[in-house]
Amino acid sequence: MEERATEVTTNDGIQKSKDNQEAVEKKMQTQVAPSSLASVAGNRQARVPGSELLGTGLETRGVHAWFGTKHVLSDVSLDFAAGTVTALIGPSGCGKSTFLRTLNRMHEFIPTAAMAGQVLLDGKDIYAPGTDVTKIRLNVGMVFQKPNPFPSMTIGQNVLSGLKLAQIKRSDTDELLESCLERAGLWSEVKDRLNEHGGALSGGQQQRLCIARSLAVSPQVLLMDEPCSALDPGSTFRIEQTISELAKTMTIVIVTHNMQQAARVSDYTAFFLSDGGPGAMIEAAPTSKIFSSPVDKRTEDYVTGRFG
Amino acid sequence: MNTTTVPTPQKPWETTNKQRLSTASIIFAAILISFIVIKLTGLDGKLGFLSTLFIVSTLLIFIQQWRLRDKAAAKDSLLSSFALLGMIMTVIPIVSIVYTVVIKGYKGIHFGMFINDMSLNSVNDPIKDGGLLHALVGTIIMVGGALVISFPIGVLTALYLTEIRGKLSRPIKFLVQAMSGVPSIVAGLFILSSLVYPVTKSLSGMMGSFALSILMIPTIARTSEEMLRLIPQELREAGVALGGTQWRTVAGVILPAARSGLVTAIILGMARIIGETAPLLLVSGGGDSLNFNPTSGAMGSLPYYIWKAFLTGGTDEAFARAWGGLLVLLAFIFILFGLARFISGRKGN
Repeated sequence: MEERATEVTTNDGIQKSKDNQEAVEKKMQTQVAPSSLASVAGNRQARVPGSELLGTGLETRGVHAWFGTKHVLSDVSLDFAAGTVTALIGPSGCGKSTFLRTLNRMHEFIPTAAMAGQVLLDGKDIYAPGTDVTKIRLNVGMVFQKPNPFPSMTIGQNVLSGLKLAQIKRSDTDELLESCLERAGLWSEVKDRLNEHGGALSGGQQQRLCIARSLAVSPQVLLMDEPCSALDPGSTFRIEQTISELAKTMTIVIVTHNMQQAARVSDYTAFFLSDGGPGAMIEAAPTSKIFSSPVDKRTEDYVTGRFG
Repeated sequence: MNTTTVPTPQKPWETTNKQRLSTASIIFAAILISFIVIKLTGLDGKLGFLSTLFIVSTLLIFIQQWRLRDKAAAKDSLLSSFALLGMIMTVIPIVSIVYTVVIKGYKGIHFGMFINDMSLNSVNDPIKDGGLLHALVGTIIMVGGALVISFPIGVLTALYLTEIRGKLSRPIKFLVQAMSGVPSIVAGLFILSSLVYPVTKSLSGMMGSFALSILMIPTIARTSEEMLRLIPQELREAGVALGGTQWRTVAGVILPAARSGLVTAIILGMARIIGETAPLLLVSGGGDSLNFNPTSGAMGSLPYYIWKAFLTGGTDEAFARAWGGLLVLLAFIFILFGLARFISGRKGN
């Protein structure tokens, strides 16, 4: 994140003094050129959707969102194929987090919220009348920006808390506990301290604990809202590894401000932008295409760091 | 060879001996000056001495700071002095009360008082006769009953205000605030006229619990509400995002996270009612004999026992009895609060 912030400031300065030779040279040194992110994206191991047992895909049809009378998101139609990782990128306030929260009906948790459009999970609209919202959230899990383990519970209890909350009976909780922590890349670090409190872990460990907690209820889709923005590079790397592992068995949608992260972990990237009005999706394509040859000029400007 | 010398750990921010000496000399000078002032003006007594000492030492520190540093530092020292004065003025009454109760009360304490009641004795009897078992039992039963009634109602009210946030939140919040100002005698009269006269037609401990609940519910509701508001919104979202319903999230995540806060609510609620005398006098009668049954018969309580010994006695024995009762009540409160803190702090956090 910090690396990215310096990039932006540098580039802002450059735009104002384009003729300044020194600045241009500086730009050559510091800017991540489009080709480099494209190569990061290109270097990813290609994943073939549908090659293994995968979760369900998710589709949205003309999704709008409001807070009170403020229209914050306009007409987003986007498909998330089963077993893929999709990154949502865009400057702050472009509605990408709001969009993410419409995908598991967390949007309605805010009292003034309203929405329009359809979100189809397994072909069924999750906003259809009579839909059991808790079932939707069981199938579409969520990891938040700030690590938020439950303070009153131990590490082990945190992982299994979803079973308790959703009243799911399972006999093999020990195996489940181990496999969830294993998949979240945390097992080796916490296996001897499962009875300690979650707050005793570092920020990065807490976030992986939250991922393990989401996995325990076996969601088909996992939504991640800037999961690494509060973490150091080492923890970020671990979580990106985890995401790659998880993508073998589930569909992942990740909001990120870190474009290198988007290039590293995602198969598809969707670019969101607000021009003062409601946010909208500008372009969605395979990640390597977004970072090498985006169709829209605004996408290119954003991924090359000319604004944002 | 690596010859890095490790410096000895120091604490440069701590006060040096020189500074301590100058502070000590200022205090010594202040004491001396106050002593002289008192001798000269005839402002005798402890209070006069302490007030003079405060004024003189504040002035001396003010002058010292101004000379050593500047006007701002001097003003700063003035504020510190007044903060210290405020602290002392809060602590003195508390210490004085506890001190007085212990000094006067221990003469009234004897083992027999915990196994006897006053059914066969008058307050003027020798202190060794009779006891306050009936009052202790009555207080425990009535306060416990009030807690059992008030805690669920108070916490549910708080949950309505913080979790459901319904349309009635504002008026309910206003009502709860207004209710916390209800005089205790009104609570007693309300139970007397709404339950005792029309329904039970007799005084009992349960009626006392009801009256105390009216006083306890607003305190518990308001404190719990404050505590629940401190729980971060992210925890609610995390619980709901895991497929929990709102109530399972509240029960499994929110309330456990707020546990020590809810214990604080209980403590404040009990503190509000444990010394109440007036409503109990109206609805539970204030008996002198041991009564374990809250549904029938008059029931004594510690405040009533103390009140009766002070008011209807007049002998030294009666006063000793009253002070002894006060000491027991005070000790009982301390034990309860300590227990509550222990329970809330034992697991987690």
